[in-house]
Amino acid sequence: MSVYKLKNRTIISYVLCVFLFFICSNTYSKVEEVKKISSTADHTKFEILQDKFATGPDVTKACLSCHTEASSQLHKTKHWNWTFTNPDTGQKLGKKSIINNYCLSINKNYARCTSCHIGYGWKDKNFDFTSQENVDCLVCHDTTDTYKKFPTAAGHPNYKDKAFPKGSKKIWKAPDLSFIAQNVGKSRRENCGACHFYGGGGDGVKHGDLDSSMTNPDKKLDVHMGVDGLNFTCSECHTTDGHDVKGSRFNITAKDTHGIDVPGRDDYSRATCESCHGMTPHPDTINNKINDHTDKVACVTCHIPTYARGGVDTKLWWDWSTAGKKDANGKLIKTKNAQGQLTYHSKKGNFEWGQNLVPEYDWLSGNIKYKQLDEKIDPSKVVALNTFSGSYNDPDARIWPFKIMRGKQPYDKGNNTLALLHLFGKDKKAYWKSYNWNSAIKSAMEDAEANYSGEYGFIETTLHWPLAHMVAPKEQSLSCDACHSKEGRLANLTDFYLPGRGDNKLLDIIGWLIVLGTLGGVSLHGLMRYFFARKRGNK
Amino acid sequence: MSKIQMYKGFERFWHWSQAILILTLLFSGFNIHGTHQFFNFEQAVDIHIISAWCLMGLWIFAIFWHLTTGEWKQYIPSSANKLIAMIKYYAFDIFMGGGHPHHKTRKQKLNPMQRLAYLFLHIAITPVIWVSGLLYLFYPYWNDIGIGTWSLEFIALLHTAAAFALMAFLIVHLYLALTTSKEPFGYLKAMITGYENE
Repeated sequence: MSVYKLKNRTIISYVLCVFLFFICSNTYSKVEEVKKISSTADHTKFEILQDKFATGPDVTKACLSCHTEASSQLHKTKHWNWTFTNPDTGQKLGKKSIINNYCLSINKNYARCTSCHIGYGWKDKNFDFTSQENVDCLVCHDTTDTYKKFPTAAGHPNYKDKAFPKGSKKIWKAPDLSFIAQNVGKSRRENCGACHFYGGGGDGVKHGDLDSSMTNPDKKLDVHMGVDGLNFTCSECHTTDGHDVKGSRFNITAKDTHGIDVPGRDDYSRATCESCHGMTPHPDTINNKINDHTDKVACVTCHIPTYARGGVDTKLWWDWSTAGKKDANGKLIKTKNAQGQLTYHSKKGNFEWGQNLVPEYDWLSGNIKYKQLDEKIDPSKVVALNTFSGSYNDPDARIWPFKIMRGKQPYDKGNNTLALLHLFGKDKKAYWKSYNWNSAIKSAMEDAEANYSGEYGFIETTLHWPLAHMVAPKEQSLSCDACHSKEGRLANLTDFYLPGRGDNKLLDIIGWLIVLGTLGGVSLHGLMRYFFARKRGNK
Repeated sequence: MSKIQMYKGFERFWHWSQAILILTLLFSGFNIHGTHQFFNFEQAVDIHIISAWCLMGLWIFAIFWHLTTGEWKQYIPSSANKLIAMIKYYAFDIFMGGGHPHHKTRKQKLNPMQRLAYLFLHIAITPVIWVSGLLYLFYPYWNDIGIGTWSLEFIALLHTAAAFALMAFLIVHLYLALTTSKEPFGYLKAMITGYENE
């Protein structure tokens, strides 16, 4: 009887388990479905989106017929203006005016650079920033992965099938604009990544912590965005309000003492780790030292053990000074390394690449400045294209990880200022047409209304990129020894006492002299006792 | 001469657990300081903090024991003459085979030099260790108690300096405790069993 009962129970619990499993898995798939159709509008049902659209701006006009304020909202953003006035310094930053050590600046290179502008037709400095229809809705809201801005069309997609690079067999299909318009949705990683993963002209070139591997990363690469984990989109942290996206490297929040942001009470900006994790994110233990670090060490310093971890190389060195060489037949030279990365190109000079890299570290509190075109530079030294405040004694500063992009670029030798380069375009002044530095610099400088002496040289420069993505799971975060050791990661930051680094040699010398002296003293005392005792014994 | 109980149970427990804790603290402390890398930094810090809290707990019991039993009086310095006699003994007589000037009893366990040495340990070295160590441990709260401008390096190095002093003390202690008893390792045996010839 009892055996029967037991069997019966086992069977019942087995059936229950199977039943529960089905209920759970069913609920799970329902959640997924709900997520997909969370919008109250099905864009395939809108009459206006059934049209065959000839151009991008035609689509935007259709969008604006319902979303009446969308373009006006975007007109106020960095994504549209490429301009940002740093409230700390008053400096005008943004892609429109800063100078980097990739292609230097957008001047005279507009149609190429603005293939990553959220607009249509920014082909020269006369672009109309008040145009409503020239806002590109699709690049951020396409969910079909078929919409692409053509690389050289000033932000337009190609409206006919076209080859890129020109003359190659790589055909860019003209996107079906009405199909795309009927399938718009919230921005996904693919949308942001279309530009932010490819900055600097290629996959992973610029940031180091943003590249195509972040489109569908696993948890190991990015604990927040991992498709096998939380599966965050960019806007989960880079929250938006009226199309304005939070978070900026031009005005970075180095330490968010405000802590966890609570809906209804706070600003809905989650673009810092602290806005979700607070300033004491680690569980309390008897050794609470990890939480004690948050005042001086940024979260990402320990939680991004290495960057460019997703298998995509990032560019580390760009030497313009070697550009322009041609082979014996007068043809362009292209050299690649074993990994297939370009190491020399006649148009651009020498490159160095790397992946899975240890960041460089520095104190950062803010006051981020970029070298302006009218600022004097010292060409005998490495010129820092961007600088920032921070030191151990600065209460707002924390140690941050950086990718430092290094390279050599032309400068105005007569004025000792930075220079710009007209690279792209069909006219003779473009460097990629004539390979004449002087006319290329002159043309770009004129566009920026800057004075050029007519004499150029090359300087070495650095550009700091704060790292904040590719946050690893906690198991992969740095161990204490990474910094608390003799040749640790913070070996270059010497303005403070770091336990474990063996910082004070004098104390060590005095201390060990006392200890060894004592040991010698008692040894001598003992030996003398032994010696005298033997002497007494002999008597 | 008769065997008497020189060290009570608690005293021996105190001595040996303190010995283990101090050795652990010294070893893990110099690990943290960067002198050696036997443990990784996190392990060394864990060990150091846990041992420190244990030792502080032990000290609370020990202080209570000293105060309630009146044993604290054993550390009151003796007369200068007696001290001079001790110094003379260690500097000369010990080599010549002279007799020890101090007669150790239950009431007077410490000779005049020991009294002074332990008093120095208790009122000079250990307070520096505890105060600097606790400041070091609670460094993030310095602003809250109004000492935000103090230098961590100074506190950390003061703590290390005290550790060097303690290490020197320990060497002398071990030398005298292990080699100067009448019967070989007599003091060691007394500290283990509690019994010693009076």
